[in-house]
Amino acid sequence: MQANVDTTAPLPVESGAGKPKPVKMAAKLAYRNLFHDRLSLTVTLVGIVFSVVLVAVQCGLYIGNERLIAAMVDKSEGDLWIIPYGTKSFDDPTFLMGHEKYAVLSTPGVESAEDLVVGFSAWRKPGGGTTTVLLVGSDHVEGSLKPYDIVEGSLNDLRAPDAVAVDDSYFFDLGVDKLGDSAEVNNMRVKVGAVTHGIRSFTTLPYVFAPLERARKLLNASANQSSYTLVRLEPGADAKKVREALEVRLKDREVLEQAEFRKRSVDYWMWNTGAGAALVAGAVLGLIVGIVIVAQTLYSSTKDHLNEFATLRALGAPASYVYKVILIQALLSAVIGYGVGIVLSLLVIRASKDSSLAIVMTPGLAVLLFLLTLGMCAIAAVSAIFKVTRIDPAGVFSR
Amino acid sequence: MSATQEASTTPNVLLEAKGIFQVFGSGGGEITVLKGIDLQLRAGELTLLMGPSGSGKTTLLSILGCILTPTEGDLEVAGNSTAGLDAEGLANVRRKHVGFVFQGYNLFPTMTATENVMLALDVRSSLVVNPVNHAVGALDAVGLAHRATTFPAKLSGGEKQRVAIARALAGSPSVILADEPTAALDAENGRAVMALLSEVAKDPTRAVLAVTHDHRTIPYADRIIKIEDGYIAGEERPGGTPDKGSNGHSEEKPKVKTTEAKALGGRYRIRRHA
Repeated sequence: MQANVDTTAPLPVESGAGKPKPVKMAAKLAYRNLFHDRLSLTVTLVGIVFSVVLVAVQCGLYIGNERLIAAMVDKSEGDLWIIPYGTKSFDDPTFLMGHEKYAVLSTPGVESAEDLVVGFSAWRKPGGGTTTVLLVGSDHVEGSLKPYDIVEGSLNDLRAPDAVAVDDSYFFDLGVDKLGDSAEVNNMRVKVGAVTHGIRSFTTLPYVFAPLERARKLLNASANQSSYTLVRLEPGADAKKVREALEVRLKDREVLEQAEFRKRSVDYWMWNTGAGAALVAGAVLGLIVGIVIVAQTLYSSTKDHLNEFATLRALGAPASYVYKVILIQALLSAVIGYGVGIVLSLLVIRASKDSSLAIVMTPGLAVLLFLLTLGMCAIAAVSAIFKVTRIDPAGVFSR
Repeated sequence: MSATQEASTTPNVLLEAKGIFQVFGSGGGEITVLKGIDLQLRAGELTLLMGPSGSGKTTLLSILGCILTPTEGDLEVAGNSTAGLDAEGLANVRRKHVGFVFQGYNLFPTMTATENVMLALDVRSSLVVNPVNHAVGALDAVGLAHRATTFPAKLSGGEKQRVAIARALAGSPSVILADEPTAALDAENGRAVMALLSEVAKDPTRAVLAVTHDHRTIPYADRIIKIEDGYIAGEERPGGTPDKGSNGHSEEKPKVKTTEAKALGGRYRIRRHA
């Protein structure tokens, strides 16, 4: 027998048709590194989930509160609002001078005008005790501000003598518990003629809806007095010109577009009172905590795999390849953490649905949270990337 | 004539180092580790770099592998000068032309044998029709196709080193540099790995250099370079192996290789004929 050596021995060349393509392994390496240390992954995910839930609740509260503050304005289908000079928000009512409606109706470009009466009143409970309510009176015509989400009774029922509408979430505060219950407002008898569900106020004062004339009577206002005059413009009318004309005619009042009045109301309660700042601060805190936890665990994971990253560099991987592996690890963590976090957030929101907390999740907020989570994890990867930047590939050799 | 042009006129020289000096530290603490090394690696040869500890073997290997930039001197790999290249430029040369085999294997513990080879293909930006088949084929070549889906922790030392060799070969680099490839292996596995490297070196388009102080590896070498105190102290061809010509083929091979190489059972094996 004679040995015959295969001297060329090339790498095997695969057979079969097909177009050659790049081999993609960075994502698999990142995935394996991530799932290799389950404890570290768990800590990372807890950090991200905590952060996502905290930010979701804070942002959800912000949106929910903004909606609460603006609800009455949003439900009024008007173009312009005539308001007492210096009014801070819808829930901060005083009375206009009077007769504004007629001045408005005689202005070119105006289709209709409607008086709204809003004021604080003392609600005397049938079983004793008094609480402050915010009485809202309007004509209850199409497009005006009127009770919505009525679950018992109807708008027609409010035409009955003394009838008012209250929200069932305030039954306990108002001392009533069903349709037809009676109470007193400013020592005048009222009867629950309709019940709404979910109309809550940011100030926690219950809204009580009444027809315009009854509201004036309950608030001791004169027949021509109102808190706001809601203006609807003729189709095609120039809002700017009508507004300028109204401002000339109605001195010592303000004329605001619907969006302006909404923003003024929201800004007052959210920013002048500090409520919004507290919510934003909570959200930022959640993000910071998330970044710190993810950065710490990602840095630790990178340190654990430093020899592997050095090997990659020694094999010729560009620095960008190593960064890519770390970033994919971070983004995988973000996707998983976000998935769990958003589900938990939705459960929290669902659990708080009938509470006084107004937490809202919108598609836009869900997308924003996802982008924030990705950004948070990408920022958290920076410390790990700094670590691998200093890798000496020569470290893979024996010394 | 430029260094690149010169190298291109000598086709069987795949790596050439000229006047390599390496100094570490400065001032009173300055240490000159390499003191003017001239070295060539030729296609189709397994060269051993031997020397005592502290002689500069690993430093020289780092420089030849484009991991460390020499304080002074020129290096060409596959006809490409590395002069003036930054860290990314050197990585690019490594990626295209150099494969490494490490003493500690340096396999990725979270990846199977196949995936370790595929990772090298990815790093080298290799284009292949079916990456998995390609990687399994590379493992088959070193006799490890049956361990393709095994994680490194379940492989023996010898198997790990063979996976490392398959990984080094992925993308067909011109130069394979091995750092103490048998140091962590028992005698039998050490012989098998050296037999495999010897077979790999038979490729006329490839040069293999192994840094070692293991004298059991000497029979597998085509050429031995001895380094002492930063100098090339000598060069020899064991068993009177003739110098290879420009075609990279020697006329005869050391017989000692045949038995162990067969034991690998892969493509790099000896075919026996009656």
